[in-house]
Amino acid sequence: MHLKYESVIREPLVDGNKSYHQVTEDICATIENKPTKLWTIGFLISASLLAFGMFSVTWEVYWGTGVWHLNKTIGWGWDITNFVWWVGIGHAGTLISAILLLFRQGWRTGVNRAAEAMTIFAVMCAGQFPIWHMGRVWDAFFVLPYGNTRGPLWPNFISPLLWDVFAISTYFTVSLLFWYSGLIPDFATLRDRAKTKFRKAAYGVVSFGWAGSAKHWQRHEMLSLVLAGLSTPLVLSVHTIVSFDFATSIVPGWHTTIFPPYFVAGAVFSGFAMVQTLLVITRKVLNLQEYITIGHIEAMNKVIVLTGSIVGVAYLTELFIAYFSGVLWEQEAFRLRVLGPYWWAYWAMMTCNVVSPQLFWFKKLRRNVWFTFFMSIIVNIGMWFERFVIIMALHRDYLPSSWSYYTPSWTEVGFYLGSFGLFFTCYFLFAKYFPVIAIAEIKFILKTSGENYKNKMTEYEDQTNEHFLEEQTHHH
Amino acid sequence: MSIKKFAVAVYDDEAVLFPAVKKVRGAGYKIHDVYTPFAVHGLDVALGEKESDLHIAGFIYGITGTCTALGFMGWIFTTDWPQNFGGKPHFPLPAFIPITFELTVLFAAVGMVLTFCYLNQIMPGVKKHIFHPRQTDDKFVLVIEVNENTAKETETFLKTTGAEETNIQVAEADWWFGRFDKREDYEIQEQLA
Repeated sequence: MHLKYESVIREPLVDGNKSYHQVTEDICATIENKPTKLWTIGFLISASLLAFGMFSVTWEVYWGTGVWHLNKTIGWGWDITNFVWWVGIGHAGTLISAILLLFRQGWRTGVNRAAEAMTIFAVMCAGQFPIWHMGRVWDAFFVLPYGNTRGPLWPNFISPLLWDVFAISTYFTVSLLFWYSGLIPDFATLRDRAKTKFRKAAYGVVSFGWAGSAKHWQRHEMLSLVLAGLSTPLVLSVHTIVSFDFATSIVPGWHTTIFPPYFVAGAVFSGFAMVQTLLVITRKVLNLQEYITIGHIEAMNKVIVLTGSIVGVAYLTELFIAYFSGVLWEQEAFRLRVLGPYWWAYWAMMTCNVVSPQLFWFKKLRRNVWFTFFMSIIVNIGMWFERFVIIMALHRDYLPSSWSYYTPSWTEVGFYLGSFGLFFTCYFLFAKYFPVIAIAEIKFILKTSGENYKNKMTEYEDQTNEHFLEEQTHHH
Repeated sequence: MSIKKFAVAVYDDEAVLFPAVKKVRGAGYKIHDVYTPFAVHGLDVALGEKESDLHIAGFIYGITGTCTALGFMGWIFTTDWPQNFGGKPHFPLPAFIPITFELTVLFAAVGMVLTFCYLNQIMPGVKKHIFHPRQTDDKFVLVIEVNENTAKETETFLKTTGAEETNIQVAEADWWFGRFDKREDYEIQEQLA
């Protein structure tokens, strides 16, 4: 029975006068209407970016990785910078849907569907970079441990790069399953509402024949809960393992134990920023301001200021440890980061990640949509520079004759733009054909957190404790 | 295929559904199923459903993943193709942890989702009878299996439980492979009758 009482002081999560049916109408509207001009233009821009990216990658495969400006010291360049950046962005979705589910954060329901979709697309983008970096990409399957015809030659299971293969593919699979299991009931809603034959057939297939039986819902709840429990350590493990790519090496500036927590915090930081970028636009264009409220935006901005501060502390700790360790190479690596040829990247990172998010301590700014949008872009630029700074740490190694200054070639830039193309093409398709907000989950919290239902809570507020307790127990 | 007759009651709120379920069960009727647009907490208890054992299945899949990862890597590094990596041991347990953990999660998640689909008998191409077009939107549908003799009396009883609509439907009780944009033979026959 849905009589859980929630204080009226707590901000409603669904604004306006909503009934269950109205929720369905509001969220299904975009899918059932014709695509708007804005959508078509956006989709075409994304698709052309994707096409350019495909061209750049084809060029690279044809001529070899030599067309990238990688050199003796910088072996990873933009490519792995982008990989780590995209994986980091791909952390917010599962964090929102898993960790916030376990913490019983009701506001996750408004944003989890879109955030999870974003996660999946970001991980897809991330996966491209190490794969094409292999150069001989037709041999990419060599990373898999299969009974092969090359003699019993197995991948090295104690290499962090192989851990990455397992971590990223597991993360992608589990996120996809989690996301899709939530989508099944919503597809069923769309199927039963469908007016055209094609739509009914298509949503019929993707909804797996879901009918909403009570027993099935019970299992669905159990599945969500256990998947959330599994995904929680998984989210933390993925960027931990990505950080091992660096931290287990013995390169000055990389060989630090602080990397795992610092990478995870940074990942959550950039992931939430990307969620803000997308949702600030999505809620406006799809007219979903009543479901993704200013309260949701503020909650995410709080996460941003927290994780931004953690990242800031990590940067300062790194500097202190370099000084305090007394290791000459470590000290020189950090001196070069701050004052060396790439000083501009370091200070861009510091400004974007550490200084500017502190403005979110002001409630007025946290609740300002335009400021949030602006900041979300700044944070993502900052987080890109963080990865760039880490990877550029190699530009001066032990041998001065190989010291160099690296700038990307057009194919590297094209590949990066192409990943944006892939990401936004997927996101545009998602926004048009998928329920952007979890319909069933919103209905589940509607009577506790909907504005019109909250207004009726005053009746409970006036009751004495004894009376309230008695009434609530009797209902069950 | 098992085509049966059902008495169907449609409620417009879960607050009406709960007393109705209680009343129907109290009167001795056996509820075939209740369809709701979202997970209604406590409904499984009200219907007398046992708690789901899906999490136990998940645990077993997880352990299988752990054993697979450790066993496989251990076999390769100690038996099949031992290699010397910087003088490190052949069974470096700490370095096996990341992959072991990932496979545990992977096996548990994939196994549970497949089990979930199997138990619920859902998959692409499966079709089930939808008793009310808005049971996935905002209506709560209670269904009781009836025969020729009990149909009328059951429907009359359901009318007293606060249902906004009641009817008798002939429907396939199971799932079958079909398309949702097509009407089934039994539906057309019912229409003609």
